[in-house]
Amino acid sequence: MLGMGDFLQYTVIGLTVGSFYALVALGYTIVYGIIRLINFAQGDLSMVGAFLGWTLLVSFGFEHLPVYLALVIAFVVPMIGTAIVNLGILQFAYKPLLRRSLLAILITALGMSLLLQNAAELIWGAAIEAYPPNLLPLSGFFVGPVHVTYVQIALVVASLLLMGGLVAFIQGTTIGTAMRALAVDHDAARLMGINVDAVIRIAFVLGAMLAAASGVMLGIYYVQIHFTMGFLLGLRAFTAAVLGGIGNIPGAMAGGMLIGLLEAYTTGYLSGTWEDVVVFGVLITVLIVKPTGLFGERVAERM
Amino acid sequence: MALLEVQDLHVYYGNIEALRGISLHAEPGQIVAILGGNGAGKTTTLRTISGLLRPRSGSISCAGKSLVGVDAHVIVGMGVSHVPEGRRIFNILDVDENLALGGYLIRSQHQLIKERKAAVFTLFPRLAERRGQLAGTLSGGEQQMLAIGRALMSNPKVLMLDEPSLGLAPILAKSVLKTVREIANRGAAVLLVEQNARQALAIADHAYVIEVGRIVLEGGAAVLAKDERVQKAYLGGFESVGSA
Ligand SMILES: Nc1ncnc2c1ncn2[C@@H]1O[C@H](COP(=O)(O)OP(=O)(O)OP(=O)(O)O)[C@@H](O)[C@H]1O
Ligand SMILES: [Mg+2]
Repeated sequence: MLGMGDFLQYTVIGLTVGSFYALVALGYTIVYGIIRLINFAQGDLSMVGAFLGWTLLVSFGFEHLPVYLALVIAFVVPMIGTAIVNLGILQFAYKPLLRRSLLAILITALGMSLLLQNAAELIWGAAIEAYPPNLLPLSGFFVGPVHVTYVQIALVVASLLLMGGLVAFIQGTTIGTAMRALAVDHDAARLMGINVDAVIRIAFVLGAMLAAASGVMLGIYYVQIHFTMGFLLGLRAFTAAVLGGIGNIPGAMAGGMLIGLLEAYTTGYLSGTWEDVVVFGVLITVLIVKPTGLFGERVAERM
Repeated sequence: MALLEVQDLHVYYGNIEALRGISLHAEPGQIVAILGGNGAGKTTTLRTISGLLRPRSGSISCAGKSLVGVDAHVIVGMGVSHVPEGRRIFNILDVDENLALGGYLIRSQHQLIKERKAAVFTLFPRLAERRGQLAGTLSGGEQQMLAIGRALMSNPKVLMLDEPSLGLAPILAKSVLKTVREIANRGAAVLLVEQNARQALAIADHAYVIEVGRIVLEGGAAVLAKDERVQKAYLGGFESVGSA
């Protein structure tokens, strides 16, 4: 039974981390669905969110406010700030290239990732910073042999709420329907009266907000943050998005959870050094065996 | 001045001049047919009016307001609706969602959306039975009904249709064109591009014939239907199968 206990313990960890990946993966997938662009800055937007949250909590001292108020500020303000950053990237870097070659945009996206890292290093420095460790109670409880912390529950619930909100928006509103329509046909969407540029901006805002939220969550969960933290995060979330079938929203969420679980099992049963080997090995295998992703019906190609 | 007024339109694809001075106009309640062979410039004309293409020169106005240089999504709000060639419905969305997008500009007026949807379902009862069905799984005829219904959701003053009967069985083609007549009778100006010249002229009031980006012939639909040149070029026996 000890083996089972370990397994469940790793599962709890995996689902927690996986929900962070899922949030970032959603950003990749929403933007890709609309303009066929892999926004490689997605992971770094998460890092920016983490640092904005840290600035508010630690530098500005909001950690001393009542915890609910502190948390609301630490999530909402970075989400707005990061959305503005992503809108800037869209406007100045991607928009002039949107009707040009995909390769130019792809390279620009990589450039934006580096730009955010360098900007963060300039602003916040190269040192590792720490989130207030006692923001949420560190304690937890046992379910049989499995230890679950309140932080884990709070973060997973918050992620699920954000994902639920996103799905409700995309499935339940006319603007969300327009976002799905853009995956099919931009010109036909224009003929409906849809302001395509505005909908693209909404997608960038949503992607950035989810990334920023995941960044703050990472800060709360792992405590330490660093300006390079977005790189591996982005890569794993990208893997998650591809696993789920890029452009596919439920796929991104499931892919994120899967990557989180893989990572937790690998760390638990092998060692942390094998994490990336396994994660990317799985990515390559999926790409070879089922290139549309595990859940992929193919996203309709745009005309 | 006519409701829709197009003057001396010149449109290029790169260096190729696709429209070489097109002028036409349409009045409320009128069906104006645009005929012409493959590559004549019919689709280009409609795409330019709806703002998907920019003319190099010339003027377009609807109800006295210029449409040149206005974004396509704004032109919809000015009362011009375009059912594009090949229907281009959103195949991953269901019928209801396609119609909702047709009413995108009035999306916050739920009551109005409901009324317009009801009107579309009255016009095309088959769509009402398939509200929740994915548009991509509709039959060709149903997809065309959806494309037209979607365009009607914005209650256009000018409705432009690019080959609505293409690929439909003759009976269905006829019924779609009959519906188009009905739409015009309610007060819209209809610009109808058709390969099926005989049926188009049968329901149209006025017609233009385009060749290589120029209007080579225009006049009352009944007159053009009897014109020898039109009969020879566009009413040849090849499409007589099934047409009454
Ligand atoms: N995107 C494009 N790029 C370059 N040339 C184009 C483009 N679209 C159309 N053309 C050219 O412009 C001319 C007019 O095309 P258009 O599509 O308007 O013809 P059409 O009258 O609608 O023909 P059809 O009946 O076959 O639909 C053609 O010579 C066509 O090859
Ligand atoms: Mg055409």
